[in-house]
Amino acid sequence: MADRHLEPDSPELRARWGNFAWTKDNEAQAKVIVARYPAGRQRSAVMPLLDLAQRQVGAETNTQGWLPIPVMEYIAAYLDMPVIRVVEVASFYTMYNLVPVGRFHVQVCGTTPCMLRGSDAIMAACKSRGMHKGHTTDDGLWTLTEVECMGNCASAPMVQINDDNYEDLTPERLDVVLDALAAGKTPKAGTQEPGRHTVEPVGGPSTLTDMVKANHDYRKEW
Amino acid sequence: MLADKDRIFTNLYGYQPWNLAAAKARGDWDNTKKLLELGPDAIIEEIKASGLRGRGGAGFPTGLKWSFMPKESKDGRPSFLVINADESEPGSCKDREIIRHDPHKLIEGALVAGFAMRARAAYIYIRGEYIREAETLMAAVQEAYDAGLLGKNAAKSGYDFDVFVHRGAGAYICGEETAMIESIEGKKGQPRLKPPFPAGAGLYGCPTTVNNVESIAVAPTILRRGAAWFSSFGRDNNKGTKLFQISGHVEKPCVVEEEMSIPFSELIEKHCGGIRGGRDNLLAVIPGGSSVPLVPAAQIWDAPMDFDGLRAVGSGLGTAAVIVMDKSTDIVRAISRLSHFYMHESCGQCTPCREGTGWMYRVMERLRSGDADVSEIDMLWDVTKQVEGHTICALGDAAAWPIQGLIRHFRPELERRIAENVREAAE
Repeated sequence: MADRHLEPDSPELRARWGNFAWTKDNEAQAKVIVARYPAGRQRSAVMPLLDLAQRQVGAETNTQGWLPIPVMEYIAAYLDMPVIRVVEVASFYTMYNLVPVGRFHVQVCGTTPCMLRGSDAIMAACKSRGMHKGHTTDDGLWTLTEVECMGNCASAPMVQINDDNYEDLTPERLDVVLDALAAGKTPKAGTQEPGRHTVEPVGGPSTLTDMVKANHDYRKEW
Repeated sequence: MLADKDRIFTNLYGYQPWNLAAAKARGDWDNTKKLLELGPDAIIEEIKASGLRGRGGAGFPTGLKWSFMPKESKDGRPSFLVINADESEPGSCKDREIIRHDPHKLIEGALVAGFAMRARAAYIYIRGEYIREAETLMAAVQEAYDAGLLGKNAAKSGYDFDVFVHRGAGAYICGEETAMIESIEGKKGQPRLKPPFPAGAGLYGCPTTVNNVESIAVAPTILRRGAAWFSSFGRDNNKGTKLFQISGHVEKPCVVEEEMSIPFSELIEKHCGGIRGGRDNLLAVIPGGSSVPLVPAAQIWDAPMDFDGLRAVGSGLGTAAVIVMDKSTDIVRAISRLSHFYMHESCGQCTPCREGTGWMYRVMERLRSGDADVSEIDMLWDVTKQVEGHTICALGDAAAWPIQGLIRHFRPELERRIAENVREAAE
């Protein structure tokens, strides 16, 4: 399993997060989420609520967000389940950050399909900007993690930064993305290969060419 | 080559919008009521006759799986359909394209399949890292509700059916069907012992069927065009069309829908611009995602890309995630990185897997540098055999097979590294 630990419970942590409660918007969102599951099975909502809480913490701290213990306790109370069951879930799934992270969580995929397409160079480019695996830079901007396959193998190598994927990377293209993010801009997500749309062969699709220009209805040809 | 008119996922590359209006113009949700009027049993028979085998890796016949669900509830328990969109197998990237570019095919398929197995609702379990994809999927589900295609009297069929989206949070193991059920119930994703099988007691203890996204999304088109159309593609026992995902050392990696049983060489040359550096530069291929053994260049070139064709060369179709490696590849490292993946993703429940995946990775890393004894190759082989088949789920097997493939085909390379390391140490 991944090498993970909880942020220690401390008076400072309690002082900062002990009064955590949903914002008005998230309160409404939480109700919608719980309603997806049968009555009495509200515990099923623990994963989406942990995600919602992590995002709320992120919004309050201007980071990707994380899950302090008092926040997990709040969710346990909200769903009427033991705290340990919430902690178990939070610590089992790697997308829940158990310790504070930076403004941007740079997650470099290093599994074999990305490795074959040059993820070593992507990781090296991150390191040359002062990032270290498992750490947040001193300016609080970047947290670097090597992650396992993200399912973008036909447009590898890739990184996921907070909610967006940047694919078909080279060290130079990654620098452009990171520079834009650092400058407060929103770089284009998806493939960074000029002229490529998504996962069609570079240079244009070998199939379904009618779809490029128009929403072609193939039923007429059946 | 498959004709464009026979492709199911016409918006695969997302050149056109995913929304309901555009999907309808492409033929989705076209009189779904009429499809349902066939009745549950006739739908299942049609899917059986089409020869569709599960697209998530195991290749179990889809219609047969649906037929295991109870025809009526004797004790008041509802039935559920769970759709596996936890696409996490290294190399696999097809369900993502369906979800973000053709989500209505999946949602219509959920209704059709759910109706056929008499399910009350479908839960679509999408991997947590597919953040934007989940946003699209949730918006598409909402569109379907707003248009009366889901919910009470879905698509005016008289059948009530709900679709819910549940996001994962970064655990490969949740792609295993019982781990997925545990995860939807709000627990750690640790697989359950079977029996009971999900069709008897699955989600919330109710009868449940878990199907891959692609298996569900092709169902409406099969019903519209008929089982005979679908089974006109591919060899016997390997019917239909399939999304192939080609990554690694080809000129143009891509996702493409093709006929089952297409030869590897044709797939690569027609769609991927060939092997990087030419055919002679091909070293080996992992043809079905990280869990299947690699196949050396000479054996893969003419192999038909289907369940039986790849089994014949000692591997498998899996999810049809084709990872191509040319002669520049450090093949030991490529497999060792997969061992790291399985170590990272082991859920920790069964000892052979929890301890074995880490042990195998550490030995693989030493074999990579040659810092090992030749006898350790056989020891590693033995350990993979001790992990394989001795765990609750197939993750242990999946961790063992890539290493077995490496030893079977590249033993001389492992021995060369050890010999070189010994020689260097002596100098």
